[in-house]
Amino acid sequence: MSDIPVVAPDPVPTETPEPARSRPRLTGAVLIQAITEGSSAVITILAIFLALVVGAVLIVFSDPVVTRAWGSLFAHPGYALGQTWHAVSFAYAQMFEGAILNPSTVSAAVHGGSVGAIFYPLSATCAQATPLILTGLAVAIAFRAGLFNIGAAGQWVGGAIVATWLGFGVSLPPVIHVIVCLLGAFVGGAVIGWFVGLLKARTGAHEVIVTIMLNFVMYDLLSYLLSHHGMLQEPKQTNQVAPFLANDANLPHVGGPPPQVGVGFLIAVAAALAVAWLLSRTTTGFEFRTVGASPTAARSAGINVERSWVLVMLLAGGLAGLSAAAVIQGTNTQLTFNSYGTYGPDGITVALLGRARPMGVVLAGLLFGALHVGGTYVEAATLGQVPANIVQVLEGLIVLFVAAPALIRVVFRLRATAGTGMEAVAKGWNG
Amino acid sequence: MKLELRGITKRFGSLVANDHIHMVVQAGEIRALLGENGAGKTTLMNVLYGLVQPDEGEILIDDRPVTIRSPRDAIGAGVGMVHQHFMLVPVFTVAENVTLGAEPVSRIGVPEWAVRRLHLPRLSVPSPGLLDRRVARASVRDLSQRYGLRVDPDAYVEDLPVGVQQRVEIIKALLRDASILVLDEPTAVLTPGETEDLFAIMRQLRDSGHSIVFISHKLREVQAIADNITVIRRGKVVAERPPTTSDAELAALMVGRTVQLRVSKQAASPGEVVLDVRDVSVQGEHGELAVRSISFDVRAGEILGIAGVQGNGQTELCEALMGLRPATGSVLLAGQEIGGATTKDRLLAGIGYIPEDRQEDGLVAPFTVADNLVLDVYDRPPYAAGLVMNPDAIRQAAVRLVDEYDVRTSSVLTSAGTLSGGNQQKVVVARELSRPNKLLLASQPTRGLDVGSIEFVHSEIVKQRDQGVAVVIVSSELDEIFALSDRIAVMYEGKIVGICPPDIPEQDLGLLMAGAVTADALAGAQGDTQGNGGQTHPPAADQLLQTAPLAADATEPQAEEPA
Repeated sequence: MSDIPVVAPDPVPTETPEPARSRPRLTGAVLIQAITEGSSAVITILAIFLALVVGAVLIVFSDPVVTRAWGSLFAHPGYALGQTWHAVSFAYAQMFEGAILNPSTVSAAVHGGSVGAIFYPLSATCAQATPLILTGLAVAIAFRAGLFNIGAAGQWVGGAIVATWLGFGVSLPPVIHVIVCLLGAFVGGAVIGWFVGLLKARTGAHEVIVTIMLNFVMYDLLSYLLSHHGMLQEPKQTNQVAPFLANDANLPHVGGPPPQVGVGFLIAVAAALAVAWLLSRTTTGFEFRTVGASPTAARSAGINVERSWVLVMLLAGGLAGLSAAAVIQGTNTQLTFNSYGTYGPDGITVALLGRARPMGVVLAGLLFGALHVGGTYVEAATLGQVPANIVQVLEGLIVLFVAAPALIRVVFRLRATAGTGMEAVAKGWNG
Repeated sequence: MKLELRGITKRFGSLVANDHIHMVVQAGEIRALLGENGAGKTTLMNVLYGLVQPDEGEILIDDRPVTIRSPRDAIGAGVGMVHQHFMLVPVFTVAENVTLGAEPVSRIGVPEWAVRRLHLPRLSVPSPGLLDRRVARASVRDLSQRYGLRVDPDAYVEDLPVGVQQRVEIIKALLRDASILVLDEPTAVLTPGETEDLFAIMRQLRDSGHSIVFISHKLREVQAIADNITVIRRGKVVAERPPTTSDAELAALMVGRTVQLRVSKQAASPGEVVLDVRDVSVQGEHGELAVRSISFDVRAGEILGIAGVQGNGQTELCEALMGLRPATGSVLLAGQEIGGATTKDRLLAGIGYIPEDRQEDGLVAPFTVADNLVLDVYDRPPYAAGLVMNPDAIRQAAVRLVDEYDVRTSSVLTSAGTLSGGNQQKVVVARELSRPNKLLLASQPTRGLDVGSIEFVHSEIVKQRDQGVAVVIVSSELDEIFALSDRIAVMYEGKIVGICPPDIPEQDLGLLMAGAVTADALAGAQGDTQGNGGQTHPPAADQLLQTAPLAADATEPQAEEPA
């Protein structure tokens, strides 16, 4: 450890960190610390950039014109490079137009077209981002209390089942119906999360194993419910679909015709604000963060660690349940087996990219939402030559690069901050 | 080999960690490097071991300048280092660990029987990848015997006590032909007995011509083992002294001002019984009975020191008293049974708790100093009203406490993990002592702290006592026990083997701690010697030591004694 002289009489900061204890620390706690504090915003932005560069290579490979041009690289280098630039810039430009802003709609609006059309891509992005933000929050809040919630997918199903049943099976007055469905979704997810927390608190079962196993259970439960009449299956159907929700159970949209902001998105942002407030301003949040940073210190300080685990998993489950409500009540108006999607796993990547911070999760959710929308758009624009799946590769790469900040530092020749450099040297040998 | 450091200077930004350091260590010398935490000892040794490159100065070994750019260079030059935190693979055997990085390989060739019977030539080639465990074991055994290291080459490192693990590290260095050994705070993790063993090994190594640099901030140990003492303060060598130098002088050199090594305290004036522990038994980590039916009591305004070698149930006892570990028996705090209460209730009932391991249990390293200062009162007014916390109140309280307890930090919003050990402990002390306590339970309150911080923590603890708080100090440092205690309870194998007055001779306390004698035998033996020596107060021996079963009842008359 670096040994820095301390001027004794005056209150100078003593920047000699205590050497790490030889007692091995919980790897989970170390990992969580790395996630929440490890990488800076700069690293995140560079990681996104680097992922786009690698994505460009994939775009080149998927375009036969360009690969042919590369075959004659030495004969016509200009042609090959030009084609490469064309293919890559076209794909990314299309992605941008599809997800954020299409310049042609702006010029159309200037010449008397629809102003609303300008915002259409953004509203699609927000709609896509909504469930991602909510499952992202479900993972992030658990992270902050030191738990790896891999079970957002299962908790999502819990919320989906309750919301759907309340949506078509119960008739209630208009506004109340929406609210009851939302609350039901929260409770449905919360029950699953609570069960996980309870098992951990009572028996010490590891939440990763429990949540993964519950994901299987819930997945097949959904499948079962959707393929049996008298359960959730639409009586006139043989497919795995539930009846449409009652009209008044669907989430309204704000802003009139097509370019609308779903209320679901507003709920997601509000949920993020609520989680941020909970974590930073309340005693419960303080308990969560203490338990997450050091369960032993929390226990010594009289914090009921088990209660925190149960409570945080309950909230996490509720957030995942709300994600299901946002999908079913917000966009699908009906639960089908395909609704299940990849919201659970995506929540993990969103939480990682957002560094388990609520506002980070919102931004990460928006980025992934934009990528989803842009991916579909670019596939259509290139007539399938650039597959929409490329955005999943991009997402994977972004998270991978964020998780490996050292790699980013090497690629971009970033210098580690002065203090950490020394520590890294000393740690290498001193453990 | 002779080691000479000439004008070594190392800067980190604006901080000068080492400022033109000169030091000569002769062959066959034990040189102590004495200094407070943060004085630049470790940086200097990292320079010597090639982990850090000096900005100026040179290193000479046997009067020849050497360039050390990496630990590999250092090992090549004959320098071996035993780090404070061992670098051993727990699941490997001793032999595997010591040969790691220089594994002896088997040779493949004509077998020995063929050479002898068939008169074939003795041809063999080293086989890369085939570990020769026999050679590894033999070299460990050989070194063990030569230097009295007593290590079983086939033992798994994870099964060994810390003191033996350290010997494995020493063997590792010796196996690489180190003739200059650097031991970085080697006694920090050792029990008194293990420390003695280490010193014996160090003397043996010195006598066989090795040079040893012994880094420490413990005066007694430095005086006991060193041939010469180099004191460094704020990166500079401030003095070289022989080991006969007095504690007070060394401490003053180290800290830069006169230090009170022993807190001045008045005799205790014990009041009502505050903590009454009856027949408490606690299970340990592995289901064994770590604390076996212990009874004792502590009165307001007195300090009970619980002495004992680490691992004799003290940790479990403290955790049980705090409700962190289930226990049987009864615990009364000011007459109220708290045996079944939660940790939070016990804290609220007026127990201040300074845990043994401040980094794991006392602090949340990534949290700010301010948050750490309210870690167990965050949900009380004025820091919170209902669910909502009040960051302003927390910050204001923190500013006040940081000032009052002299925590050196750039701001109360600095994360606690970046503070030095002494300042981290001050944060814990400030938090626990700023509440109105009935009982203070402090476990190893000054472990790893420098002299200045120890002085501070001790005086704060005595201040609590004088304010009428009952204090329990658990410590494996004899100095600390003697400095603070009004009564000393000795724990051995989960039992209190005796409760003694604070003037018990140190050897006797050592014997009790080692379980070598029972309090009964000791009392009897002392009675004899005193009788033979014609002492005029034979009954004093009975009074001196009380046996465990009697302890509970016997404390009553005893408590009235000191006043």
